[in-house]
Amino acid sequence: MDLNYSPEEQAFQLEVREFLRTHYPKDIQEKVANGIALKKDDYVRWQKILYKKGWVAPGWPKKYGGTGWTPVQKYIFEEECGAANCLRLVAFGLVMLGPVLLEFGSEEQKQQYLPDILESNLWWAQGYSEPNSGSDLASLQTKAEKVGDHYIVNGSKTWTTHGHYADKIFTLVRTSQEDRKQKGISFLLIDMDDPGVTVDPIITVDGMHVVNQVFFDNVKVPVENIVGKEGDGWTIAKYLLQHERTNIAQVPRSKTQIARLKALATKQQSNGKPLLEDERFRSKIAEIEVELMALEMTSRRVLSKLSSGAPPGAASSLLKVKGTEVQQAITALLMEAVGYYGFPYMKEVMLNGWQDEPSIGPEEAAVLAPHYFDWRKTSIYGGSNEIQKNIMAKAVLGL
Amino acid sequence: MNLEFTEEMVMLQDGLNKFLQNEYNFETRQKLSRDGIGYSESNWQQFADMGLLGVPFEEEYGGFGFGQTGLIVIMEAIGKGLVVEPYLASIILGGQLIQQAGSEEQKQALLPALIGGELKLAFAYAEQQSRYNLADVACTAEKQGEQYVLNGHKSVVFNAETADKIIVSARTSGNTISEQGVSLFIIDKAANGLTARHYETVDGLRASDLSFEAVTAEAVLGTIDEAFAVIQTVIDSATAAICAEGVGVINQLREKTVEYLKTRKQFGQPLGSFQILQHRSVDMFMAEEQMRSLAYLAAIHATSDDKAECVKSVSAAKIYLGDTRSIVAEQAAQLHGGIGVTDELDVAHYVKRLTMLNALFGDRDFQMQRFCQVS
Repeated sequence: MDLNYSPEEQAFQLEVREFLRTHYPKDIQEKVANGIALKKDDYVRWQKILYKKGWVAPGWPKKYGGTGWTPVQKYIFEEECGAANCLRLVAFGLVMLGPVLLEFGSEEQKQQYLPDILESNLWWAQGYSEPNSGSDLASLQTKAEKVGDHYIVNGSKTWTTHGHYADKIFTLVRTSQEDRKQKGISFLLIDMDDPGVTVDPIITVDGMHVVNQVFFDNVKVPVENIVGKEGDGWTIAKYLLQHERTNIAQVPRSKTQIARLKALATKQQSNGKPLLEDERFRSKIAEIEVELMALEMTSRRVLSKLSSGAPPGAASSLLKVKGTEVQQAITALLMEAVGYYGFPYMKEVMLNGWQDEPSIGPEEAAVLAPHYFDWRKTSIYGGSNEIQKNIMAKAVLGL
Repeated sequence: MNLEFTEEMVMLQDGLNKFLQNEYNFETRQKLSRDGIGYSESNWQQFADMGLLGVPFEEEYGGFGFGQTGLIVIMEAIGKGLVVEPYLASIILGGQLIQQAGSEEQKQALLPALIGGELKLAFAYAEQQSRYNLADVACTAEKQGEQYVLNGHKSVVFNAETADKIIVSARTSGNTISEQGVSLFIIDKAANGLTARHYETVDGLRASDLSFEAVTAEAVLGTIDEAFAVIQTVIDSATAAICAEGVGVINQLREKTVEYLKTRKQFGQPLGSFQILQHRSVDMFMAEEQMRSLAYLAAIHATSDDKAECVKSVSAAKIYLGDTRSIVAEQAAQLHGGIGVTDELDVAHYVKRLTMLNALFGDRDFQMQRFCQVS
């Protein structure tokens, strides 16, 4: 057993590190490091830089603009991005719709959509969840009725991240009623500018506007906007869930956050000495560190299996559950670290950072409690952690 | 990066697993554990014939040179089989102390016999007041002429009754808890002045408390006053090894519990159809995978020259092993219901082993302190 990267991989690691050092915009880096809200332009700017370098879609085949990297190279890239506080590119086009079109899309759809996804010319949103369909996604009720060469779409999608930025949305819609709820679902691409589409903001517990509810009122969608055949929707949705998600555990990001937590706890005082020297607080950090070390090694074991050609199996469920538990535990300790200064709610600071005035309390403090609250979402989205446990119980344990 | 075992190691593990499946069922293990010396001499000889006893040792002494990674392969299987033979005491502790501290002459004389199964060792280090601090040594060794004479007491020495020689840590200088001044001695088990009280342990092994009254050492092992570093290194290696043993135990507890949930019916349906029990089983599975990861990580770093990296990885694994007492051991007993707390069922004995591993080489609290010093 050997944890070391090969000389070629080490050279690649240095190349990535050097590129990030010289090309990743410092203003975005600062925002990510301090947990300041990111704007549409930040995402687009960084994606275009990666696009120019040819590094924007590590998960895609090389002929469609992928990198041709090995699984280890992809892992190294993610490690370096995490360590450099890189903004995570919006996944909806690159990680979700792109691979779906590559697997199920027509040649015209690939030609039409893939280049703009790569270059971030069009912003895609995801339309899966509905007000009455959360974990039970297959119960979705948004209807698409075929009338001539169009579908007429009626219904509503919710938790639509960045829906207010989006140019287009890929949706799961019901095209027919069948004996099983998983049947009769189709994968449909809809233009957000179409008449009948409206977007209502949902303000989350941190006071921020990131997610939305999207309404469809007799929206006319051309039939050629369906991906795959009518009724393929559930197969496509499952394909996406099984699609390689090496970075689902978010280990590099959590390592950076642990370092941030330790730095903060060194500056904070408790009983006349650094909070980090408080045995109880230190033990709580250590418990997270141990779980994170295990998680990193588990990710590498999955990777080692991937590299030798075996499928990741239900490992992504484990990585999701443990990864989000670690992330949430860190946000809790970051909030605890600043004590009373978890109280002041500074929306302007969350959006833009401290500008010309001196900070109230520690500079880092303003975002920490809101982040703790916001981060509760991670064990809920992407298939709640309970759903992940159902998957593991069935797929791994045969229960 | 490669986290797979070599083919030779996999073959070795397969051989051991096959032996344990065919000739080491639970009833056999229980009989061995309770009768006579607490294990089977003929099994020990078979282990020698299979090459298992030479796994960590250098090839020039008849070993395989597989190092720490080889040990986890063996120990995971030992955990699965609840093996009672003295692999930890004799090979991992005794043998590795000889390998690391012994003179060339001692290694030539002792290691081939150890690997061949003819010689067995035990390591006496813990004392009543020492708890898990390896430097807290009150047992003394005084130089009289050309020889050293030992006085004191050693606690819970695993497999001392059947060891031919016992390696003992004793103080030759310094105060009772200083690292400097600890030395290692080889004592013949028939030495005058050595008395032993032998007993069974709660998890089915054998151990002894030893008293030394003017016991003359057969030999010094390593450098006088400077043994602490070697002791720490070997205990770190052994700690990483029992983490792998823990993985084997956890694996069996998880498999046996899931199997039970599939077959046991209540309210007209298998217990496994209840979601709360499914999720608890998944918690056991996730703990198993995370523990396996940490055991491998500990194995990779246990013999590292970077001491901080070694301590960090080994203590992290041992902390997590302590956590599995509630997530896996107590859970497995609970999910089996009443039968889970009977002596008749193997599950209870896996539970006991996993529980007692927490106390071996430093419990969760002790390891947490070590971890925080280096992380």
